[in-house]
Amino acid sequence: MVWLQGGALAVCLFMIVGLLYVVFRQGMATFWPGPSLQVRTHGGAVYLGEVVREERYRPDPALLDGLPESARGPARDALAREDGWARRRLIYTANFDLTQTHHHWVSDFEIADEERPEWALVIERATNDGRFNGVPVAFLIDGKEVATDPADVWAKFNEHHGPVRQRFQRRVKIEKDQGGAVSRREEEARLGLRRAELEHGAGSPEYAAAASKLDEVNDWAAKEHDRLNDEIAHLNGENARYAMRLAAGGQQKMLPLADVVRAYPANRVGYWGKLGIYTSRWWEFLTDEPRNINSEGGVFPAIWGTAAMTLLMSLVVVPFGVLAALYLREYAKAGPVISAVRIAINNLAGVPSIVFGVFGLGFFCYIIGGSLDDLFFRSRLPSPTYGTGGLLWASLTLALLTLPVVIVATEEALAAVPRSMREGSYACGASKWQTIRRIVLPRAMPGILTGMILAMARGAGEVAPLMLVGAVKLAPSLPVDSEFPFVHPQRSFMHLGFHIYDVGFQSQDSESAKPMVFTTTLLLIALIATLNATAMLLRNRLRRRYAAGQF
Amino acid sequence: MALPPVPLPNTAAPPGAPHGPGPEPTSPAVVDGRLAAIARGEAVEAYIHPELAGESAVLSVECFNLWYGLKQALFHVSLVIPRGKVTAIIGPSGCGKSTLLRSVNRLNDLIDGVRITGDMRLNGDPIYGNSVDVIELRKRMGMVFQKPNPFPMSIYENVVYPLRIDGERDKRLLDEVCERSLRGAALWDEVKDRLRDNGLTLSGGQQQRLCIARAIAGDPEVLLLDEPCSALDPLATNKIEDLMQELKGEYTVLIVTHNMQQAARTSDYTAFMYLGRVIEYGVTSKLFTNPHVRDTQDYITGRFG
Repeated sequence: MVWLQGGALAVCLFMIVGLLYVVFRQGMATFWPGPSLQVRTHGGAVYLGEVVREERYRPDPALLDGLPESARGPARDALAREDGWARRRLIYTANFDLTQTHHHWVSDFEIADEERPEWALVIERATNDGRFNGVPVAFLIDGKEVATDPADVWAKFNEHHGPVRQRFQRRVKIEKDQGGAVSRREEEARLGLRRAELEHGAGSPEYAAAASKLDEVNDWAAKEHDRLNDEIAHLNGENARYAMRLAAGGQQKMLPLADVVRAYPANRVGYWGKLGIYTSRWWEFLTDEPRNINSEGGVFPAIWGTAAMTLLMSLVVVPFGVLAALYLREYAKAGPVISAVRIAINNLAGVPSIVFGVFGLGFFCYIIGGSLDDLFFRSRLPSPTYGTGGLLWASLTLALLTLPVVIVATEEALAAVPRSMREGSYACGASKWQTIRRIVLPRAMPGILTGMILAMARGAGEVAPLMLVGAVKLAPSLPVDSEFPFVHPQRSFMHLGFHIYDVGFQSQDSESAKPMVFTTTLLLIALIATLNATAMLLRNRLRRRYAAGQF
Repeated sequence: MALPPVPLPNTAAPPGAPHGPGPEPTSPAVVDGRLAAIARGEAVEAYIHPELAGESAVLSVECFNLWYGLKQALFHVSLVIPRGKVTAIIGPSGCGKSTLLRSVNRLNDLIDGVRITGDMRLNGDPIYGNSVDVIELRKRMGMVFQKPNPFPMSIYENVVYPLRIDGERDKRLLDEVCERSLRGAALWDEVKDRLRDNGLTLSGGQQQRLCIARAIAGDPEVLLLDEPCSALDPLATNKIEDLMQELKGEYTVLIVTHNMQQAARTSDYTAFMYLGRVIEYGVTSKLFTNPHVRDTQDYITGRFG
């Protein structure tokens, strides 16, 4: 029997460790830059890129008939030697804009020759076409070639890339911050007019005042936009002067320098260079916004969204759960009704989470959010403010989902407070509430925190309900920013769990998204572990304080 | 280790050993067959020694009955607890001693299905009744339980807890009460340097004295001790017994105990209870040496119970 029990534990441990190992290995390896390989097939096609995977397979013998005469014999021999097995490698060829594909499988018997070109550049682009692999041909300033030797082009690139990127970022900032502020004032004036119309009617003096205000703001905004556009055009014009021409697979491509996020000659960088690229990619991953349809760049908004939603959820669920458990355990008279309530709470924990999502969408978003919009945001209708998915509603939905966990854990903790302690307090003349507040709750606090930890772990990993109540693929702005009133709980947000689903299963090219899935999973696990560790630390401190006496 | 203040011959001898100053008590028990009568379900009068008539009562119990659901636990209990004295209640397990004690500060109210009839008065004020504020009532008494139950807070906060829940904030007063109570419980010298430590870090005997300090912090009119030494070792038990002698006079002490030697050593008056009834109640020395009821003698000599 003991072997069976030990075996079960060993299987569980093996699965957990295995999962963590896979996620950790793949997640950590994603950002490490590998060398570039260039292969030429017998058919004359050239593929350049990093080898991301290799496997053995049994090729259909008919496949060999497609090879030229001279290659067929050796290929058949090679296959025969391996019992019909052959090796093939997946090359991350990138250059989606030229080839309409990101990856290509190359079998060993197809290859005429392979090499590692010294100047093969890997270029990460800000556009949605993804990476570019190629050999530099020329560096152009104002359309004139200033360098044609790869080493010179690389030197020129390094010289000009920094300033170009800075200008690019300044442009993005102008568009987002200043342009956004102007648009917001315009929007406000427009809403003011709408409000005046709703409150005072279209012919009223208030309406006329709002209309003239709107005209005024519109004039100002037009001028502001012109000014900003000029500034942006200037920056763009300056950046447009620099470009690089690269050769890839017999074609040539002109890349404006402003589109290049990061570039490196994959076969020339040494260990330290690779480490630098690795670190810079991790840094971008943790602090930046996503690019290339979420499959590259960072996930900072998703980290932020996950943490904010989990904390907000705990903030809501713990007080509610504790109050409910206190009533059930301390005040309610035991009876069939209370038993039924307990059973209902336990069953609530078994309801599929998507059902909570549907409920959250119907109740929080549409009923409560819709009423809020009707009451306070009439001028914005028909576009909803609170009447749609958002951080607040997602947190409340998850709070509902995790409520049973907190209630059950708190009830256990309350039941574990010794009767003698309560009686001691009553004997001192304490009222029921004083006893609960001064004796029972402090003593039960470690148990309550355990409930909170369980709820956080459950809530942070939940994805299905979030799809309905506010998690989105790409959120334009965080729910906290410099725009009045600084906190916008109605905004939709990004979530790591949803990001994994979106990148892994909703992107056009799952092969290039796969490493990102592992890295994001690693991050999500790390984030939940951090939240849990914090709560556990807190609990252990409390537990030491209320440790039972030994004698 | 102080000697027992009430000299009683042979009380330290194991139960069942020959007992009394001579081979026979000087005046043998005169009432017999009570237990048999109780077992038959007949009502019996308690024998109350005449010495009690001269004492002024802090607590008086009159014809008190108590039911747990349908089961009756106390039958027609009538007692007066004299002021400034130590009164012990003895009897076999399940005879209702603790129930009686817990009825005094109405802790039995916390149990569902408890019903009572009869009357109890604390210095003339009714304990049971619709107009009684239970919380105010409990503040007039202190209670110490079988197992030490310090609260999960500092020693200081444990002692001043009764004042804290009254909303007392005056630091000077709290300090004063803390020191006075801890001195009263003979614990001050041991803990004065670590009042901020958790009460649960003390040893078992210290914890129980901390509970006594807490019980006397509110200056109670009567101190209820529910087998206070049953979870303690002999050394700690001795300290608590000494302490009871010191508390006597200033406080009225009502103690429930399993331990007859303890009752004999520490108390001025003793009540013997059996099956929810008071059988005999009188001066400790007389009750132990010269009981009026045969059954009392049988119990204290260890023939049953």
